[in-house]
Amino acid sequence: MTSTEDPSQTASGAVPPKREMQDFEKVLEKSATSVANFEEDRLSPLKRFHHFLHAYPTAAPALVLGLAVIGFALVAGDRFLTPFNLSLVLQQVTIIGIIGVAQTLIILTAGIDLSVGAIMVLSSVVMGKLAITAGLPVPLAFGAGIITGMLCGLINGILVTLVRLPPFIVTLGTWSIFFALNLWYSGSQTIRSQEIAANAGFLQFLGTPIDVMGARITYGTVMMILLFCIIWYALNRTAWGRHVYAVGDDPDAARLSGINSSRILLSVYIVAGLICAIGGWALIGRIGSISPQAGQTANLDSITAVVIGGTSLFGGRGSIFGTLIGALIVGIFRNGLALSGVDVLWQEFTIGLLIIVAVGIDQWIRKVSS
Amino acid sequence: MTAAVKPILEAHGLVKRYGRVTAIDHAEFELYPGEILAVIGDNGAGKSSLIKALTGALIPDAGEILLDGKPIQFRSPMEAREAGIETVYQQLALSPALSIADNLFLGREKVKPGILGSVFRMLDRKAMQAEARAKLSELGLLTIQNINQAVETLSGGQRQGVAVARAAAFGSRIVFLDEPTAALGVKESRRVLELMLDVKRRGMPIVLISHNMPHVFEVADRIHIHRLGKRIAVIDPRQYSMSDAVAIMTGAMPPPGMQVAA
Repeated sequence: MTSTEDPSQTASGAVPPKREMQDFEKVLEKSATSVANFEEDRLSPLKRFHHFLHAYPTAAPALVLGLAVIGFALVAGDRFLTPFNLSLVLQQVTIIGIIGVAQTLIILTAGIDLSVGAIMVLSSVVMGKLAITAGLPVPLAFGAGIITGMLCGLINGILVTLVRLPPFIVTLGTWSIFFALNLWYSGSQTIRSQEIAANAGFLQFLGTPIDVMGARITYGTVMMILLFCIIWYALNRTAWGRHVYAVGDDPDAARLSGINSSRILLSVYIVAGLICAIGGWALIGRIGSISPQAGQTANLDSITAVVIGGTSLFGGRGSIFGTLIGALIVGIFRNGLALSGVDVLWQEFTIGLLIIVAVGIDQWIRKVSS
Repeated sequence: MTAAVKPILEAHGLVKRYGRVTAIDHAEFELYPGEILAVIGDNGAGKSSLIKALTGALIPDAGEILLDGKPIQFRSPMEAREAGIETVYQQLALSPALSIADNLFLGREKVKPGILGSVFRMLDRKAMQAEARAKLSELGLLTIQNINQAVETLSGGQRQGVAVARAAAFGSRIVFLDEPTAALGVKESRRVLELMLDVKRRGMPIVLISHNMPHVFEVADRIHIHRLGKRIAVIDPRQYSMSDAVAIMTGAMPPPGMQVAA
């Protein structure tokens, strides 16, 4: 001890002795002593439902989908509830579903991608132009289309991570840029279905129908479901997926946990680009021809599917199958309302209502901790 | 402790300048095995910069850091963590939407053995959950039902508990706690203090950065007082009062000439 002061002088009186509780804390002895016991309080039914929705974000949209199917079955019964009609809905949501997978990944990172539709069409145009107009071997043209999609994603990713621009602005810009490139490269010309069938049938492969017991789906639908399963696996069973959620949830916390946020974001944008390119391939199958004007509504429709599917626009929350359910809800409502003889404008009205209700529910679910 | 005990972590002559501002001015630092060392200092005294330098979040311009007597340089928090230095930041660094188990293993996930892990990168969730449960019960943190509960459904103290558990759990050798009780209520602060003493009993040294004098004086073995970018004193909390510490910290009282023998 090098101090010259008298210890007793300072250690007495007002100074509480070491290793003892503060006076005001004495009463705590009677309270619980474990540090973080995760006790379950008795919850009211509403609170329990709240926690249930929080733990299972897909539950709410699944409920809506179930109710919609039951409702339309009652209203438009025999025409609605046939294998053919329901499989038709599946076919109709194929493109939105695939693009929705890409959009979900981006939105989970608290971003948004307005360029998904443009990337999809650009990829399909590259495939078609190289295979038909340039006469390249089909696998090469196909590969070039896929790489185009990934490059577009890479550009978005670089602008978001390295240049640090907000995803909304980046993809608003690249939406126009990719769309303009697409018009320039295609010369605004549509490649006709017969030409593709004759020279590059593989590009239409995803349009091949499969008939099972009166239902008709296409390989495109199978591809969509496959993509959902693959991305579900990646998000829920690999470290990469956990990191995607963590980055979207709280980027600072993720960084402090040792996650390289930029690398995760960049990979997400590239994977989204890849999925959009596959969407482009499915688009050729769906419409037969390759048109630079196709898929104009894919951007906003994919966001609609993601949001109705219960994924939070603020990132870090949601599930990939929610998007499939979201896309199906939109498909079922359009189809069911049409079969019930409701005017198209009320279909749009209903979809708009669903979006707002979905986001409202999301906000409510997020308050679970309070 | 005797003079024969070597510091586990020490720093000599650390300097960090930001333009004309000197955040760390030839600072000294020593942490001995098994102790709780509190670092106190007024706002702007440079204690954050010092802690950042010691945990790899900041690269000092000059000076040396020794871990177990061997010189070491951290270029990132990851490198410090790999060397066994864990930090619980004030903002906790937990991902609210992820589960307790996910958070404990965030950034160091385990994959399944064999081809499932090497090719398909499949996480070994069972092993991680079991280990998370074991780690939490080890620290008496668990009377648990649900390790897969989202962290955001926990209270502030419970989150702090998870964060401390994560820092103390993974073969780490030193834990830095930055204002662990700043955002907590009375009862929760008490639990976190007990948790700190518990971690100490298990032999792990803790560096506690805090403004809360009662908490500092209750748990610390030694108090490192930082002022104007350097360590001006190390005091024994049994021999000085809180007001002395505050007086030294703010310059109202001259620091006792030398540090207390360890």
